[in-house]
Amino acid sequence: MTDQESLQYTAEHEWVRVDGDTATIGITAYAAEKLGDVVFVDLPAAGTDVTAGTVIGEIESTKSVGEIFAPVDGRVVETNDGVVASPELVNSDPFGAGWLVRVSFTSLPTLLSHSEYAALTAE
Amino acid sequence: MTSAADTPAPRLSPLHDRHEAAGALFTDFAGWNMPVRYSSDLAEHHAVRTAAGLFDLSHMAEIRVSGPDAPAFLDYALAGMLSAVQLGQAKYSLLLNEAGGIIDDVVVYRLHDNDYLVVANAGNRAAAVSALQERAARFDAAVTDTSDDIALVAVQGPASRAVLEATPGLTGADLGDLRYYRSTTARFQGDPVLIARTGYTGEDGFELYIAADAAAGLWDSLLSAGQASGLVPAGLASRDTLRLEAGMPLYGHELSATTFPAQAGLGRVVNLAKPTDFVGRAASEEGPAADAPVLVGLVAEGRRAGRAGYAVRDDAASTGGTAAEPVGVVTSGALSPTLGHPVMMAYVAPHRAAPGTRVAIDVRGTLIPAEVTRLPFYTRQK
Repeated sequence: MTDQESLQYTAEHEWVRVDGDTATIGITAYAAEKLGDVVFVDLPAAGTDVTAGTVIGEIESTKSVGEIFAPVDGRVVETNDGVVASPELVNSDPFGAGWLVRVSFTSLPTLLSHSEYAALTAE
Repeated sequence: MTSAADTPAPRLSPLHDRHEAAGALFTDFAGWNMPVRYSSDLAEHHAVRTAAGLFDLSHMAEIRVSGPDAPAFLDYALAGMLSAVQLGQAKYSLLLNEAGGIIDDVVVYRLHDNDYLVVANAGNRAAAVSALQERAARFDAAVTDTSDDIALVAVQGPASRAVLEATPGLTGADLGDLRYYRSTTARFQGDPVLIARTGYTGEDGFELYIAADAAAGLWDSLLSAGQASGLVPAGLASRDTLRLEAGMPLYGHELSATTFPAQAGLGRVVNLAKPTDFVGRAASEEGPAADAPVLVGLVAEGRRAGRAGYAVRDDAASTGGTAAEPVGVVTSGALSPTLGHPVMMAYVAPHRAAPGTRVAIDVRGTLIPAEVTRLPFYTRQK
């Protein structure tokens, strides 16, 4: 069980967990619910350089397609093979087993706090 | 009537509070705020294929056509021969424009000799009502939009009959004798209810038309009676994947005002043998251009489906070329929950429409191989 208050967030409905110089990235429960049942996840390969704000992957549900944005500049160091094999993890455990990629970064941009993100989705 | 708002408030179904209580996620559909899912699109889809699902379709338009000329009027206004439909029979038909394009696809129920119910899509309600009213001018027939007074719920899936037969208060219908595309009148706790063996899922099922103010009681009774059979409330997301697997067209995706029925595989719905004139007849007799795109099914491997608007291209390898020329466009697509692979409907050039033809779908820049197949993708075991 991940403590959601300790995570940081983006306006694209992603969460970021920072451990040292590594950011673990996933989509929020709010985003997962809006998408519906996730059936396909396309992630960048480990070693890929990514730029904050650009599309690095896709999440498809039965009804729609969502894009995954890099929240930070850096390099992908690990992808979640579990979620590629079982995309439904994005729905069942978005903050845990449904994580998507880990990115090593040199500097962290300002992201949203839990309360700021909660305010964003309360509208 | 209000003139203040540019964007009218969304219409709410008479069952809206039931959906809220059930935790539904809502979506705007043709100006209505309707449930898109209650828990999971996939679970609701599978429930309909294996047990039963309960849908609120109160956004659909119910148009009553009555009067001595009602049969002759509908023969003129619609593409089918509605005067030949028997009492209690339902018929799928098309409302054409003069150019032979489709204003709406409708299901028509003959309730009495001179009394029909035309059920139109929510998004085409105004267009269908006004076209019918205009066409009725020279007939002794009244066209009345009764949509706001009538709720529609559908029970769909192999357990549907058991669900209805277990529903207390639903009396007077012999469902065993009710054949596909037939309707009968029954009662629910004293209120009249029209029960039709029709649907939009590819499964056995029933559609129940009832006064809007009696709908909540019927919904509650069906849900509670159906629990033992696995009945769950199902939203519009599952309705869309169910109809797609069943190869059923959706207006705005596969059908439009510039689509000829023949292009959509609905040529049989246009009755050119009808002895009388009907709107769109001359254009229908001429038919679409020889190179007009035609509707096909496409299947692919993997989990990635083309979606509405994605280009269909030539499969460069199989045609010996190098450039993947566009040959069509996807109109609906999803990873089929029942079949486990992507299924799509698409309009393609006639020379690429033969089953077995290899094509490629441009999925946001990635070409996914696909193959033309016959519709439907899914047929239930009977």
